[in-house]
Amino acid sequence: MPADEPMLRVSVWRGSGTKGEFENFDVPVRENQTILDIVSWIQQYADPTLSYRFACRVGMCGSCAMMVNGEPRWTCRTHVNKVASHDNSLTLEPLRNLPVIKDLAADLAPFFEKWVEAEAFHHPESTREDEIAAVDPESAERAGIDAAIECINCAVCYAACDTVAGNVDYLGPAALQRAWTQFQDERAGSKDAILDAVSGSGGCHNCHSMGSCAHYCPNELNPLIAIADLKRITAWRRLKGGSNA
Amino acid sequence: MLDVRLYLAQRISALIMVPLVLGHLAVMIYAIQGGLSAAEILGRTKGSFFWFAFYGLFVLAVSVHASIGVRAIVHEWTGIGKRALDIFTLGVGFILSVLGAWSVMAVTLT
Ligand code: SF4
Ligand code: SF4
Ligand code: FES
Repeated sequence: MPADEPMLRVSVWRGSGTKGEFENFDVPVRENQTILDIVSWIQQYADPTLSYRFACRVGMCGSCAMMVNGEPRWTCRTHVNKVASHDNSLTLEPLRNLPVIKDLAADLAPFFEKWVEAEAFHHPESTREDEIAAVDPESAERAGIDAAIECINCAVCYAACDTVAGNVDYLGPAALQRAWTQFQDERAGSKDAILDAVSGSGGCHNCHSMGSCAHYCPNELNPLIAIADLKRITAWRRLKGGSNA
Repeated sequence: MLDVRLYLAQRISALIMVPLVLGHLAVMIYAIQGGLSAAEILGRTKGSFFWFAFYGLFVLAVSVHASIGVRAIVHEWTGIGKRALDIFTLGVGFILSVLGAWSVMAVTLT
């Protein structure tokens, strides 16, 4: 590379588990460069042992999220010129609120375990003898579900959530949002099981409604709408004596 | 660490407090017109069942509301377990209600 080429100074977290430190790399500036391009350049040209995760590179798969200058972002669609400081420096770390496997790869297992804990999966109940549930695409419920199911499971909101940081049991915005879409779904059964699952000590009532999840969600989803609705539904259910949860 | 029961207790105590806070502020503004003296205030509250009930309910609502709020903060800051947290919440609620009840009795009982 030419000596006078503009460079980025990139601090990258290296290590595994709770141990590690920052390592600096100088990376040449390119046009339309994304954070994922930076990480790939380091791995290909500076240090092949750097670990990170990605798959689609177009904002579909949700596997490339990291902390960029202390904020959670999908790195394949985050342009360097949007986030680099004016002295052309960048800090890259694994996603917050999750254990670190190695370097920039966080372990997403706890994030997905909470989806299961929140009963945030389809609960089929009908058989082939039953009528097919009518789904009205124009209904308000369906419009809400349509927006919320655009979630790509990237865990950016989970990393952004201060309640997750302070409360290891908190289910987090993405799992609660998916539980809500399941609850709203005409075809789903076990609605009480879903409401019980989101009403426990790590449930939706712990959310402080400050909206970091909605602020950082790269798909511009708003898990707060789902969480506020779950709070309302579970509170009324409790007041009407419909649960002991 | 709030479940739906604690959440409801906190919301309902907040609902109870809204008119009480407004009433408290209104009376404060009314009472300081033309100076403020202990004798004047006690003259209004001593032996009054209304003010006993007003501030008695206020103290109960505050004790419930504040102990649950402090519980959430302490849990997120210290990560202490559920048992310790339950004891802490009850303790805060108890101390607040005792201190509050003491004051209410001091200014309303004759
Ligand atoms: S609004 Fe609730 S879920 Fe979203 S980041 Fe804040 S505490 Fe977490
Ligand atoms: S809600 Fe948004 S930030 Fe959270 S996992 Fe889904 S896509 Fe990612
Ligand atoms: S690599 Fe798939 S979302 Fe970024």
